[in-house]
Amino acid sequence: MSAALLPVPPVDPRDRGGPAQPLLSVTDLRKHFPVYGGLLNRRVATVQAVDDVSFTIAKGETLGVVGESGCGKSTTARLVMHLIRPDAGSIVFDGEEVGSQAGLSVAEMRRQMQMVFQDSYSSLNPRLTMVDSIAYAPRMHGLPARQAVARSEQLLAQVGLNPALFARRYPHELSGGQRQRVNIARALALEPRLVILDEAVSALDKSVEAQVLNLLAELKARLNLTYLFISHDLNVVEYISDRVLVMYLGRVVEAGPVEEIYGRPRHPYTRALLASKPTLDPDRRTTVLPLSGDPPNPINPPSGCRFRTRCRFAQPACAEMLPPLLPPVDAAPGDAQHLVACILPEAQMNAEPRHAA
Amino acid sequence: MPLDATPEPPALEVEGLTVRFRKRDEQEVCAVNGVGFSLARGKVMTILGESGSGKSVSLKAVMGLLPGFAKVEGQVRMAGRDILSLPPAELAKLRGSKVSMIFQEPMSAMDPVYTIGDQIAETIIQHEGTDRATAMARAKRLLERVSIPSAARRLKNYPHEMSGGMRQRAMIALALACDPLVLLADEPTTALDVTVQIQILMLLRELQAELGMAVVFVTHDVGVAAEISDQIAVMYAGRFVETGTLRGVMRDPQHPYTRGLLSSTVHGGMRKTLLRTIPGNPPSLAALPEGCHFRPRCAEAVAGCQREPPVVRGETGTMVRCLHAVAAEAAVPA
Repeated sequence: MSAALLPVPPVDPRDRGGPAQPLLSVTDLRKHFPVYGGLLNRRVATVQAVDDVSFTIAKGETLGVVGESGCGKSTTARLVMHLIRPDAGSIVFDGEEVGSQAGLSVAEMRRQMQMVFQDSYSSLNPRLTMVDSIAYAPRMHGLPARQAVARSEQLLAQVGLNPALFARRYPHELSGGQRQRVNIARALALEPRLVILDEAVSALDKSVEAQVLNLLAELKARLNLTYLFISHDLNVVEYISDRVLVMYLGRVVEAGPVEEIYGRPRHPYTRALLASKPTLDPDRRTTVLPLSGDPPNPINPPSGCRFRTRCRFAQPACAEMLPPLLPPVDAAPGDAQHLVACILPEAQMNAEPRHAA
Repeated sequence: MPLDATPEPPALEVEGLTVRFRKRDEQEVCAVNGVGFSLARGKVMTILGESGSGKSVSLKAVMGLLPGFAKVEGQVRMAGRDILSLPPAELAKLRGSKVSMIFQEPMSAMDPVYTIGDQIAETIIQHEGTDRATAMARAKRLLERVSIPSAARRLKNYPHEMSGGMRQRAMIALALACDPLVLLADEPTTALDVTVQIQILMLLRELQAELGMAVVFVTHDVGVAAEISDQIAVMYAGRFVETGTLRGVMRDPQHPYTRGLLSSTVHGGMRKTLLRTIPGNPPSLAALPEGCHFRPRCAEAVAGCQREPPVVRGETGTMVRCLHAVAAEAAVPA
């Protein structure tokens, strides 16, 4: 079904601030995990998993988050959902601060914000049938059992699974793609406004991944959803996102509209990351190594700019201060769409060698 | 059919490779069904397929690594010598010397209680009978060759002391210890970050050209295949459905499955468009559809597809297993 043919969804009655108010606004989110060890089992180090991460998601938008393993993408998602308690920072959902006295309680926030994980099997209870898994949350939130089951069957149909065939099955009786559809249905059971997809298509075969991506696009248009889409797959993020956040070692290094990030990446890390993407053209293979070495350990990251140890533009000044997230050097005044955390104008401007012609 | 008309036998020749598994009380499952290819020295062939298509099992069968209850038929010739009929002791001599394999997860492929240096040296001593000091010196050179910094110190590392990319390099060094003729690579970059993946791919490309190995590379990722291969074989439900040169298959795929796989591979140019997907899921090997195994998911299926699909061969080693390929060939006068 084409999204363009669908009627424009009516204004959501839950929408408080209107379309201009971001659905989610995260400010200075931080989580440092202590590492204990040594003779007296004292705190010996700190993993700065997420450090001063700020971003907003507009209503109806898809925000993609990319980065290497250990960069804090999944921890950010878990902090936003309050699956892990943040050390600092505020999370404001449609104008209401989450967890504060006057604002939204965590339980209320989770009604409006749901999550789909990478491992479709371990995120389902092996002893619940599909219909019971999906009906679980609505029942917990007070819907009578009969209605919850009816709603659950409706949701199965919505994600493209025939309820007559799938409702009574257990997780092990489904394929990975089918299970991920059930996980999506379960996430939608409470009619959330924001869905966090944490590597939700990464474990699927390519042919199935494409089906699920189509389903996500269709559901988004039909149900007026907003997505936070986390993935290590640069192609998928480019395909699905409106805006992109690039993370490195717990910090945001670049953020902006997808065309800007993929078309004119400014941060040396973003450029290296994009240049590492395997080409789909046999005549344009990668010939210059974009980045050497593995991502460094997030325990005790380098001072100043965390990328400086792998950056070919690095200067002594990079070690001295954390680069702030600012519009690029040649941005039009007042244009705060594209943000980059790099203090060197030449590093922001010089293109990285890409593929051989 | 040899791809290169060279007088020397191809480095690796596989004919009619079939692997069947049978567990107690269960019906027999045919994981690999009549796979055949021929690979010259210095060439890279990628087997591209989804999970359960039989690509890894094919590699393990070539290497003779399958468990005893697997029934393996067909022929595998390495430099003209049939290796499947070799007694186990003879085969063990070949493994690690003439043919070696690298895996997706180096952590589980290496022994956690021996250092990297010990593991490489053991292979060299076992196959070439050198003394330990010589073997260790060679192990150090191998680590340097795969660009592991401070190789002498790294020799004393255990696998868990290395990062993922470093472990993968160490495993490549281990595989190359005895200058193999054939390298089998089972998704060696799948678990790595994209920045490390490209490093490993470029390293493999460099080593393969330098040492003139024949490489069989298994992956599910079209992008990885485009970076590394000369030839491609697309595998579906235990069979090769299409083979050809990398450019040929990528630019002008003939089999409907190959076309579907390429159009399901998302890239930036497809932004905000509806993806053209293959409906359904890969079939269970225990209940394969009659005739063409891809038929239930194929948009172009006709009644004739219920019979065994014909194998249409082109001149440069290309092959398509599809009824429509016959019609296409008939339409173009040769």
